[in-house]
Amino acid sequence: MQKFLFDINRDRDLQRQFRSDAQGVLGRYDLSGEERRALEDGDIGLIYVLGANGQLLMHYAAFLGMPWAGYIAAMRAGVSRHGPVRAGVYAMTTGLDERVADS
Amino acid sequence: MSLVFAGICSHAPGITGRAHMADKALVEEFYRAYRGMAAELAAAKPDALIVVAAEHFANFFMNNMPAFAMGMAERYEGPIEDPEWLGIPRSVVPGNAPLSQRLIREMMQSVDLAYAEEWKFDHGVMVPLSFLTPGYDLPVIPVNINCQGPPLAPLHRAWALGEALRRAADLAPERIALVGTGGISHWPATPDSGRINEPWDREFLRRWQINDRQAMLSYSDEATYRDAGQGGFEIRTFISIAAAAQGRGRLDYYRPIPIFAVGCTVATMTIGT
Repeated sequence: MQKFLFDINRDRDLQRQFRSDAQGVLGRYDLSGEERRALEDGDIGLIYVLGANGQLLMHYAAFLGMPWAGYIAAMRAGVSRHGPVRAGVYAMTTGLDERVADS
Repeated sequence: MSLVFAGICSHAPGITGRAHMADKALVEEFYRAYRGMAAELAAAKPDALIVVAAEHFANFFMNNMPAFAMGMAERYEGPIEDPEWLGIPRSVVPGNAPLSQRLIREMMQSVDLAYAEEWKFDHGVMVPLSFLTPGYDLPVIPVNINCQGPPLAPLHRAWALGEALRRAADLAPERIALVGTGGISHWPATPDSGRINEPWDREFLRRWQINDRQAMLSYSDEATYRDAGQGGFEIRTFISIAAAAQGRGRLDYYRPIPIFAVGCTVATMTIGT
């Protein structure tokens, strides 16, 4: 999953292909069913919980055109729905209802 | 000729991408400090600018991750991110391949360095350049320290990298400027984005300003992760600049700006002998 994020974040040709044929592009990667669903649905919260590196995910959310507040809220909602982050060093350290960056 | 300028600064994407969401007066004073650094850099009349950054998977991935890498290209391009999101248009940045090669050859005497003739810049380089060389008219040579995918190089190796940079710069006939960019404590790209440990930052910057090598190298990654977040791993870039400059630091600006997700920092260091 992270390999897909790495590739698409830095390759504008792949971005164009993904916009026209997401299934075809995702088919080239070794993804679990959960990872594939998360990417197909653009489910930022689930991608986050599955352990995607936060920087990969932040750039991907920007590629998807998500506004900043929506992107932060989606990660928080992902933890609420799916539980703590399962891998990596980008785990959430604050409470579920906390808001950190308002200004 | 030698190293003619050394400094450190923040690179968080919010600095340019979310300026409209921040307090206007804070943005103004931070930008003023950043532009002040740009003026000092220009006054040093550098022939090239080395940027020691901590990229975010713009070029290097976990299939083949170098601890340290240096650019060796004629030109670079960036940002990889959506330009509207980052607030920086896509640009071509000139490099200096022959100078890169000479620097790398010398640095390899003491540091095992990866190098790359293809390199795309992400916010980690583009945000600083957008302030420091907004016309993209000064040749840039990027250096990357892996701060994203553990295991990371120990802090004393970041110091050794800085020493190697200094030695190589001093052997080059060109006038070379050196800027390190990173965050101190921060939890970027998590739901905690905006969390900043100001006392931790100020203590690190105190150690950096007096160039206390032992104190700077005493942080363990476990303690940094706990107290300063995964973003705190980027202190490696600041440490390498202290090692290269061998001087005393002057903190021109530090202030947490949560919507920028980092304690915004601008500092320079004298070039010691």
